Amino acid sequence: MSGGAKLLVRVAEVVVVNELIKRFRFVSRDGSALPAFSGGAHTVIEMDDNGTRRLNPYSLMSSPQDTSGYEISVRRDDAGRGGSLFLHNHVKAGMEMVLSYPVNLFALDNRAKKHVMIAGGIGITPFIAQMAQLHHFGGKFELHYSARSKALGAYMDHLHERYDSKVNFYFDDEKQTIDLNRILSMQPLGTHLYVCGPKGMINWVLATAGKMGWPEKALHHEEFLAPGTGMPFEVQLAVSKKTITVGTAQSLLEAMEAAGVDAPYLCRGGACGQCETNVISCDGNILHRDHWLSPDEHAAGLKIMPCVSRFEGKSITIDR
Amino acid sequence: MGIAFKPDEFKDYFRDETFRDDFTYRNSPEGIKRFPFPFDRDDYMYSVNMEPHVPGRKGSVFEHTFDVDEHYVAEMIDRAKVLADDPLRCQSLPHMTLAGWDLLELIMESKAKEYPQWFSLTKTGNKWHWINRPLGIDQHFTFLDDSTLPYGPFEYITRQTQGDFTLQDERDNDLWMDAGMITSQADWSLDFDIGMSFMEWHAPVPLAHEKGIFDRALKFLLKLQHGAPVRRFNWTMTVNPLLDTSPENYHKWGAMKTSLTPENLGNKMHLRVELQGLFRLPRSNAVAFSIRCYLGKFEELVTIPKWARRLHRVVRDVHPDLAAYKGFLRNRDAMTAWLAQYDDGKPTSPGWWPED
Repeated sequence: MSGGAKLLVRVAEVVVVNELIKRFRFVSRDGSALPAFSGGAHTVIEMDDNGTRRLNPYSLMSSPQDTSGYEISVRRDDAGRGGSLFLHNHVKAGMEMVLSYPVNLFALDNRAKKHVMIAGGIGITPFIAQMAQLHHFGGKFELHYSARSKALGAYMDHLHERYDSKVNFYFDDEKQTIDLNRILSMQPLGTHLYVCGPKGMINWVLATAGKMGWPEKALHHEEFLAPGTGMPFEVQLAVSKKTITVGTAQSLLEAMEAAGVDAPYLCRGGACGQCETNVISCDGNILHRDHWLSPDEHAAGLKIMPCVSRFEGKSITIDR
Repeated sequence: MGIAFKPDEFKDYFRDETFRDDFTYRNSPEGIKRFPFPFDRDDYMYSVNMEPHVPGRKGSVFEHTFDVDEHYVAEMIDRAKVLADDPLRCQSLPHMTLAGWDLLELIMESKAKEYPQWFSLTKTGNKWHWINRPLGIDQHFTFLDDSTLPYGPFEYITRQTQGDFTLQDERDNDLWMDAGMITSQADWSLDFDIGMSFMEWHAPVPLAHEKGIFDRALKFLLKLQHGAPVRRFNWTMTVNPLLDTSPENYHKWGAMKTSLTPENLGNKMHLRVELQGLFRLPRSNAVAFSIRCYLGKFEELVTIPKWARRLHRVVRDVHPDLAAYKGFLRNRDAMTAWLAQYDDGKPTSPGWWPED
């Protein structure tokens, strides 16, 4: 079955964290424990948005030791395709939902002597779970977390109370910036660096560390891409012998699923590689939006990641 | 714990037998019928051949997550002897402790649920109580607290579980063999391989690299999900029912390959089947690899007519590079001649089950 094993859950609680963020807690419907997970893992939430099936990945932020429930935080994206709006506007305590088993594409390197974490905005969520894990086992870490303003700095009070001087906060509206050069210059050998946040921040952190000579294998980042919207396009499915139309606010993967085609997937955010599909013929441009395929593979146009990438042109046939 | 198991545990179900010296190991008639015969057709070549590890046919080795069979107690005694002679057969690098707890949890929960007559696990928060009746073990400990067990969690549980185990850390888009309990191996060494990456430890395997099998297998395993374990077979041949065919002890068992005669071949030559399981572990994100060894004497296997025909054809036709790698090229002609007596040339049905 594509997507792997599923968890049948009920929404236990919905909490307003600030004007943009809500937190959701899920428990298993039959009261049994949910599987333990590792800090940095995400789950894919299945949503039935008025007939449109949406599956979006969200990082788990609850303690990995706590198997009584999972928690995620969702930032409302008014310009997005609707997944976050559906969660904000329609999901209430008591509702039954389906989650994927946790999958980790942003794991801690357990060999690290120390972990330095850089978070921007909602990118804080995987670090909350990772810090709980490190705290439990006595691992060394420090966090640098920036938000637009104090009001939007979710969970800062809680983190300060729990981890005190290991966590540092920065506010854009107070013109505070993370002094990355200074922070990175002070770390002991064997430190690993993790960043989760907006694309600009990720690029800045990775580039700065690279320039300072940090080894590539000590750098870790996670960025889920929303599939994004675009012009509708038509796709020929060679194996299923179907022609489908991908709608404006729909991904190619979602369109295949809507047509009853069982296509493989895991993260649905262009990161994991599971949905990689061969392109049999293409007369037009593939709009690659993943960060799984290499730049060379993007240029060659022989593969597409249907979870996020789109097409414009005359015709495209894929091996599915 | 050590090797002082209560001898009366052998009485009912578990066989009192040896995998060394006098080699009293054998399968009961019921054991032969449930032997995991690995060939689903009359020829053999490498393939990734993985399938979901879901409960299979009742009574078969696929029925449970970790099969416990009539050889359990004797195998655990043999493992304890191997470890007493060579403690480096079990190693776990410092960052793998959490993965060891993951494996302990998986095995204890599975066995307590699937074999309640032999195993029980009671939890009060992190205070756990484990009972292993066949081995006479009654242990109270604190989950995730290493100081409450007589061994590290990985060694503790694998001293009580049939089959070898390795734990793979996932980093840099690769898997690293960073822990192992290896006492019943088909001629490879944990002490040599520990810390290696997936391609490094598979480097000696012939033919499969050229076919791209390891590239596909690694890609598949990096996507392995918790809750969706997979399994596959591997196989080789072993003269005498030796669990420990390690490079470290090759001077002890290597020469046994020269002891075959047409008269003793059916008793001495064993098809060695590995039922391999792969499990994503939840707390550590590591991948556990179980390598469960089943030994079947040729004279036992040919009592099943379909297997007799097929084993003859596979041994006769297997690629010589594979026969050399698996260490039976020198005996292949003698094995083929012996097996030919039991192959009446009739067609065989697809699949590995014993029925015609």
